[in-house]
Amino acid sequence: MAEKVRRVELAISLVLRIGVVVSVAVIAAGLGLMFAHHGAYLPIRGHFSYKELTSKATPFPHSFASLGHSIAQGDGRGIVVLGVLILILTPILRVAVGVVSFLYEKDPPMAIVTLYVLIVLVGSFFLAGV
Amino acid sequence: MTPLDFVVSLALISVAAGVLGSLIGLGGGVVIVPVLTLLYHVDIRLAIGASIVSVIATSSGAAAAYVRERMTNLRAGMFLEIATTTGAVSGAYLTTLLPTRFLFVFFGLVLGYSSFATFRRRHADAPLTVSNDRIANYFNLHGSYYDPAEEREIAYKVVGTKPGLALMYAAGLVSALLGIGSGALKVPAMDSAMHLPMKVSSATSNFMIGVTAAASAGVYFIRGQIDPIIAAPVAAGVLLGATFGARVLGRVTSKTVRLVFVVVLVVISLEMLQKGIFP
Repeated sequence: MAEKVRRVELAISLVLRIGVVVSVAVIAAGLGLMFAHHGAYLPIRGHFSYKELTSKATPFPHSFASLGHSIAQGDGRGIVVLGVLILILTPILRVAVGVVSFLYEKDPPMAIVTLYVLIVLVGSFFLAGV
Repeated sequence: MTPLDFVVSLALISVAAGVLGSLIGLGGGVVIVPVLTLLYHVDIRLAIGASIVSVIATSSGAAAAYVRERMTNLRAGMFLEIATTTGAVSGAYLTTLLPTRFLFVFFGLVLGYSSFATFRRRHADAPLTVSNDRIANYFNLHGSYYDPAEEREIAYKVVGTKPGLALMYAAGLVSALLGIGSGALKVPAMDSAMHLPMKVSSATSNFMIGVTAAASAGVYFIRGQIDPIIAAPVAAGVLLGATFGARVLGRVTSKTVRLVFVVVLVVISLEMLQKGIFP
């Protein structure tokens, strides 16, 4: 029993760690590109205010079509958003790994519980119209 | 302030938010939202989008360590996610039906009471050795963890799964409706209602908040609330802070974790009441 739980724990911990490392690497690369492409962002005492990037009118990708377009152009913004999406998908992936692990460890009640959570999560993305 | 100053200063604040959030099982939104709106004058919609990113970052960053060190009660966490995810999805539909001001006042009072209940248990949090809870026994939600501060293995039994599930449903609902307070209800649900040890409650809440937040993250992305220049320093800083904070939880005593949690809970409760009464 304890050993079964241990194997599920290690699998889930591994998924979380991979998700975290990959998303940080992608976000850092995107941020680097943003500053490399826009010299005005860099000076510590420049005239360019960050507020131009955090106002309501600031353009940034918020659909899969615009995200794909932005990444294809090598735009840092799109790459950062991709990294954030990897971060958002990490908990969902760890639920999926939970389902598989509980099935593999022959624990049907917990596998059903985890499967329900996975269905609700995936459903929520479709309901949002992603 | 140029974009570089903004990114560097926000990343440093985010590290602090990640340490605090991972220690007491909250998402760090309690720090990120006021900092972004009051200090940087960022639009509240973008601040809430950044808060969701910080919740997921705290959760994944800290849980990777907590799960490996067996501080998280994996089975109880996954079982209770039934209620939090259902609450989060139903909350998305109730947004238009329920008046936000009333919700802020209601949950402000609920959290005020929770902070009192959590504080009251500071002397009486010895783990249970027997449980007659049929659901907890059927799913075998009981557990044990190694406490580095006390240098011993601590076994505990779980009770009160029904009130626990009800509170978790409310936690999912409130996080979808108000964008805050998901971990604030989860920790008292596990600590007061289900009698999990305080550190296990915090680590398990940390594990669960990422899934609750992911259930509403899709909506925030499509609505354009995830601005890359805000999300990048928040995600990177919080992940770093949470990884560090996860090392702290083992060493401090349960009582310290409890007291820090109570203080933060009182602040959140007052903040909610203020938003409901003087919006």
